[in-house]
Amino acid sequence: MKKLVVFFLSFFFYFSFSQEVDSLKTKELKEVLVVGTKAPLHEKQGKTLATLDEFLQKSTKVDLIKRGAYAWEPIINGMASERTVITIDGMRIFGACTDKMDPVTSYVEVSNLSEATISSGQQGSYHGNTIGGSIDLKRSQRQFTNAGWEFFVNSGYETNNRQKIIGSAINYADSLFYVDTDVMYRDAENYKAGNDKEIHFSQFRKLNLSATSGYRLSPNKNIEASVIFDRATDVGYPALPMDVSLAEALITSVKFNYKPNLEQIENWEIKLYFNTITHTMDDTKRPDVPIHMDMPGWSDTYGFYSKINGKYNKHSFLANWSSFYNRSVAEMTMYPSDPDENLMFMYTWPDVRTLYSGIYLEDNYGFNCHTNLKISANLGFHNNNVASDFGLQSLQIFYPDMEASNSRFLKSIATNYSYDKNGFSYGVGMGYGERAPSVSEGYGFYLYNSFDGFDYIGNPNLKNEKSLEGNATIGYKKSQWQTKLSASYFHIYDYIIGIPDASVAPMTIGANGIKVYTALEYATILSTDFAVSYQLADDWIWKGQLVYNLGKDNESNGLPFMSPVNFMTSLGFRPGKFTSEIILKGNATQTEYNAFYGEDKTPNYAILNANFGYKFNFDKAKLVLNTGVENVSDSNYTTYTDWKNLPRMGRNIFINLMFQF
Amino acid sequence: MKTSIKYIIAIFAIAFTFVSCSNDDETTVNELDGITKIKEITNDTHTIELYSHEGSLEQGYNEITLRIKDNTTDKYIKNAEVSWAPLMHMTSMSHSCPYSAVEKVTENGTLYSGYIMFQMAQNDTEYWDLKIDYTIDEVAYTLTDVIDVPASAKRKVNTFTGSDGTKYLVAYIEPHHPKVALNDMKIGVWKMQNMMTFPVVDGYTVKIDPRMPSMGNHTSPNNVHATQTAVGGLYDGKLSLTMTGYWKINLQLANAEGTVLKGEEITETVTASSIFFEIEF
Repeated sequence: MKKLVVFFLSFFFYFSFSQEVDSLKTKELKEVLVVGTKAPLHEKQGKTLATLDEFLQKSTKVDLIKRGAYAWEPIINGMASERTVITIDGMRIFGACTDKMDPVTSYVEVSNLSEATISSGQQGSYHGNTIGGSIDLKRSQRQFTNAGWEFFVNSGYETNNRQKIIGSAINYADSLFYVDTDVMYRDAENYKAGNDKEIHFSQFRKLNLSATSGYRLSPNKNIEASVIFDRATDVGYPALPMDVSLAEALITSVKFNYKPNLEQIENWEIKLYFNTITHTMDDTKRPDVPIHMDMPGWSDTYGFYSKINGKYNKHSFLANWSSFYNRSVAEMTMYPSDPDENLMFMYTWPDVRTLYSGIYLEDNYGFNCHTNLKISANLGFHNNNVASDFGLQSLQIFYPDMEASNSRFLKSIATNYSYDKNGFSYGVGMGYGERAPSVSEGYGFYLYNSFDGFDYIGNPNLKNEKSLEGNATIGYKKSQWQTKLSASYFHIYDYIIGIPDASVAPMTIGANGIKVYTALEYATILSTDFAVSYQLADDWIWKGQLVYNLGKDNESNGLPFMSPVNFMTSLGFRPGKFTSEIILKGNATQTEYNAFYGEDKTPNYAILNANFGYKFNFDKAKLVLNTGVENVSDSNYTTYTDWKNLPRMGRNIFINLMFQF
Repeated sequence: MKTSIKYIIAIFAIAFTFVSCSNDDETTVNELDGITKIKEITNDTHTIELYSHEGSLEQGYNEITLRIKDNTTDKYIKNAEVSWAPLMHMTSMSHSCPYSAVEKVTENGTLYSGYIMFQMAQNDTEYWDLKIDYTIDEVAYTLTDVIDVPASAKRKVNTFTGSDGTKYLVAYIEPHHPKVALNDMKIGVWKMQNMMTFPVVDGYTVKIDPRMPSMGNHTSPNNVHATQTAVGGLYDGKLSLTMTGYWKINLQLANAEGTVLKGEEITETVTASSIFFEIEF
């Protein structure tokens, strides 16, 4: 009983604390989403065992490109992987798939995580060079408490794709030592779009194990080791011509934390990390493939960072030195129908080694309790080296003078001014940032993109892509009301995108042609969102949000994956142990689309979701039950982020159970 | 600290010793590096050793190296004037093939080399022989023997009559070892003047279009058609191969005016040219 009281006290403490964090972060255009089972607020979620992708979807800044039911690719401000940075506790990780079937987010599970911090534009440059922004996925933030043993069992079922979820966690903590372990397994069959239409090759299976352990060396020093092992097998990608037989990641780190007895320095954190990813595409189960092929890819990253934060008078400062070394290799082997003929082999990523080292400095100056100015700068050295002679010679077919090594400096600077008084707040910011081309953009060799049907060729001569950015937010908070309007405008110079080259013939059977990564003179992106909430009564809350993005190239043609008017409105009723929520969400018709990138006019849609939860408290145990219906009307619909108009899931009923003792 | 400096000096000293050793070795050049003996042909006075890269001959273009040994002294002759003449003995007639003059490889060496392009392979009843004439100190010698010229596994030679009525021979020469790269390509173009004379054709263009029939018949970018760099010489081009496997290099032979004498352009409906080479790696 005592424990329970302590738990609830700490729960409420966390609740109020994180509320504060929320409003504080809002000033910096950051958004903190509760995503994982490790978050104290997790059990407040309507669907506790939703996938990480479903959690991220709640952010107004984030949408997800969907090629199936699994491994959705996050886009921030309408910008995909190349222009964003996704980190796990500050660690850089790079997917091993040339077709972006394995975004970083696909190698973690909600059971590994507590929250996701989403930063827009140059606000995200702390985690690496970015244009669109960053997502940092935070693992557990447990400390040396005297919590003792804790056991959790999670289980869930979804009717639409017969997804079975089972997981458990065992945690132990005392004043010197803690260990958190968890395991989660998901197994889903094909899902059905509205009107009972089965989407073939949309199954997946995923096993995730993780452990974190910390040891307190002295009252102000501690060391923490962390490991995540994730293995997805038999993953279908109905929108793509190939599936995945194996996507496996091992993500490890050791962290040393020191709080020196100095007035100015609050904390010094050093982390060493290593992660390795193996990704194997598979077309053996598809009927009528024109030619069978294997496309494995590997990505290994070694890195470290050392960050210090402190305070000096009215300044809060942060300095971070970070480096990583990545090796990306991908191959393609095609099997001719005549078994006596030699195999057709090529490197699609020619063993590209990327070395990065950079320094990030940030200063937050509080003029007074209402006004705040933040300045940050990032300078990094970036080198690409093609380690495979075979791969280098392949690319030299296109670029005879190309050299194996290419170095560049990446700069970023940003400033934000914010003001908050009597419930009224506003912020304005400016930023400049650069990024290096991704491995695919720089060194890809005949990468087939099924969205526009072109084979893509990398371009090692690309310049840095540069973004000049302005952003503004305005918010008002008064008793029951809370509103916020924010907008970011990006003027991106040397915008990297594939441009058709009619002089080169495609390789892939049935492809429309070749696109070579080229820099447009510039492109612009406007990203806007509006959020409102109103506390109708003690237990009733109404929320609404609107998102609209607009992207144009230098000839005023649309950029791909820009959100049409996208809305969400929900009504929540939460008396005591009972929670319920009804959500309506949808898109207006996509009027700004560009057929050049394979887009078409996606029609409008609206779907209704509802969920209910109840918390049972026993003597020493607790059971949280969540259930709900998604797409109540069983609509057959597709959104602007669905690859080749892949229809989304039809009516789905889920049950999530969390048992703690 | 002092000990570590000593170690470093020691390591450098050892390294330098090894470097100097390997330098000494490099001064002896073996003339036979990279070539293997095909066969020996002997007469009363001399033995001629024939060499090629593969250690055998094959239908198509062959680079052949030879050296002449004095049977009494066992010394190799460095001052011979050499010429050769291959001859195909068919059931109904005999003919020769395109071949080059035989020249010394290095001034002070013992090797002589040239090329022979066998446009057809031997069979049970028909065979090639090679006659070698050589002069040493103004004394002429000769020697003839049958040579093995089996058929090539892949198409390396095209023999055809062009639209101008002339009989042409187009042979694949390089790359010996094709790579996934932009390969330097060498092609030979000859015409049949008569049964015994096959001169090099000058000023033409051999258009190349490599295709993979097993993979949708896709082509590759940035190929350069083969042209002559010097009159009487072979044709140089660039062959781009984007992956390993079986490639069919479709050809068109165009004369100096640009008129295509043989071969077809590849289109949706025409998937292969009537003249082509094959490679597989």
